[in-house]
Amino acid sequence: MDSALIRIENLHKTYHMGDNHVHALRGISLEIPRGSFVSIMGASGSGKSTLMNIVGCLDKPSSGKYYLDGVDVGALERDELADIRNRKVGFVFQQFNLLARTSALENVELPLLYSDNDKSKFKERAMAALTSVGLAERYDHHPSQLSGGQQQRVAIARSLINNPQLILADEPTGALDSRTSVEIMGIFQKLNREKGISIVVVTHEPDIAHYSDRIIQFKDGHIMLDERVPNPRNAERELSELPEVEEEEEPVA
Amino acid sequence: MNKVFQSMRIAFRALRVNKLRSALTMLGIIIGVGAVIAMVSVGSGATDRIHQQIASIGSNVIIVQPGSQNTGGVKSGNGNAQTLTEEDARAIQEECPDVMYSSPLQQNQQQVVYGSNNWGTRIYGVAPEYLTIRDLRLEEGEPFTTEDVKSTNKVALLGKTVVDNIFGGEDPIGKTIRVRKVPFTVIGTLVPKGQNANGQDQDDMIIMPITTAKKKVMGGGRQNSWQQIGQVLVQARDGRNQNAMDEIEALLRQRHRLQATEDNDFQVRSLEEMAAAQEQATQIMGLLLASIASVSLIVGGIGIMNIMLVSVTERTKEIGLRQAVGAKTNDILSQFLVEAVSLSLLGGCMGIAMGVLASFAISYFAGWNTLVSLPSILAAFFFSALVGVFFGFYPARKAALLDPIEALRYE
Repeated sequence: MDSALIRIENLHKTYHMGDNHVHALRGISLEIPRGSFVSIMGASGSGKSTLMNIVGCLDKPSSGKYYLDGVDVGALERDELADIRNRKVGFVFQQFNLLARTSALENVELPLLYSDNDKSKFKERAMAALTSVGLAERYDHHPSQLSGGQQQRVAIARSLINNPQLILADEPTGALDSRTSVEIMGIFQKLNREKGISIVVVTHEPDIAHYSDRIIQFKDGHIMLDERVPNPRNAERELSELPEVEEEEEPVA
Repeated sequence: MNKVFQSMRIAFRALRVNKLRSALTMLGIIIGVGAVIAMVSVGSGATDRIHQQIASIGSNVIIVQPGSQNTGGVKSGNGNAQTLTEEDARAIQEECPDVMYSSPLQQNQQQVVYGSNNWGTRIYGVAPEYLTIRDLRLEEGEPFTTEDVKSTNKVALLGKTVVDNIFGGEDPIGKTIRVRKVPFTVIGTLVPKGQNANGQDQDDMIIMPITTAKKKVMGGGRQNSWQQIGQVLVQARDGRNQNAMDEIEALLRQRHRLQATEDNDFQVRSLEEMAAAQEQATQIMGLLLASIASVSLIVGGIGIMNIMLVSVTERTKEIGLRQAVGAKTNDILSQFLVEAVSLSLLGGCMGIAMGVLASFAISYFAGWNTLVSLPSILAAFFFSALVGVFFGFYPARKAALLDPIEALRYE
């Protein structure tokens, strides 16, 4: 078995827009071991989103190889990619992307609908996932009744439901205030530490990136910088040092 | 099976979110299916009427009428010549092997009097076989016999309308009524038959021996001269209608001594054939109505397609998310297809209810006979599902083939 969860070899991605060829990625090679917590940074247009799409099996490379958990993703069909996303990857988005008018519990269940799981266990597993992000008692709330931080926690619970090996978070704190951002990063750190889930966060905030063990900087389709973080921030400790706030958060409109 | 159930749950939730929109979309199907059901019910109601009419006339009935009269090149209509006789009627019964019964028939409008009451009705002068041919049954009393015909007995059978109008509540059996001042003894009353297809009251009649009718009631006038009759009513053996008609034609040509070059001076018609022709015309009308109605079903289908396309566009982001968490092409396809079929099936069921109501309304207010048949309901159900699949497929396919990255990015 491949020691690296993600192995990328000389990856190119070119978009064709009419007569223009946009080279989003120009020969990337990268290896991310199991259990990593990696931040990807870079200006918009640097190629980081393209890489995230490919790593998340939403897109395929134009050339080069991408192995996820030893599987050559570039060779897979549309529905096989969907299956990989379902079983191995959890997505967390900046705008949470929860289904409106649907309870937190059912939002968390969503990926289960597309896997061959035992239906009788759906509720139980979704509750467990909600509990692990500390939202068990709000299982029947709709997204509009939850604060931004709570919505993002529901989204994280959804990404966890199929016990993925990798969680991809695209600007997960982009729509949250700083205290809530620390809480969310704390959840990621806990999942990484306790469950050994690999986490890749795309962010443009250096503060957020320093919760991870490794930062990869992108520029013009190349990796500009790939460095270890000497002393990652510890969200749990920071949170305990922050002044107490009202437990009930203001629901976002 | 689980997947289908799950798709249905998702679909019903999506439909509930936009209640008004779903209702308006269904309205197209409701009207379409309702119109088809109502129009088909009108068509089959008319056909059913004709079947009833055949049944009320009696089965395998053939009518023989005198032909047209040719006086110096002027041809009068059928039935005007006086070429049929009681003898002809008797000969048809005795000499045509495929004829079961035959009866002469002479009818006339007369005033009938009992006590101080009087009533205008039709007098039917016939042979006893007439009752069998027309499938007329007696409510009370006895039919008259061949003996009554021979002896010109003054006996009469009364239809229910006549009884109601001149006897009131009194028992008519054995009483004496007067027709043209001639006294008749009522020996029986007929089981009511109701109206025929043309709205004519079939119970407004008096039946009496042909001989009595001609001599005592319809006397005088050229048409009623001795022996000549208005028509002959014949009942053929089952399935031998055409043979019986051929036999009658051959027999009458011989009896009337017609040369090979001469036209028939009579006319032989099968009531069933006439009814069949009428039935065909009715069916064509029904088909026409139904096909016009089904156009609105297609329009309803286009409405579903339109709304599903809007829905797919609105929910692009949701589709992207579902794809990201692992929904395959078929998962998305079935979700939207089930949604479209739910719309059309739900609309179809309501349309069936509306069509049934409409057909009741038509028969109540317009007085037409309508008949909602089970096959038409099943067909409507099936077709509304088909409309959903047909018009839902393109939008569902469009949704299923969205690029997940672009769908997720869609605002």
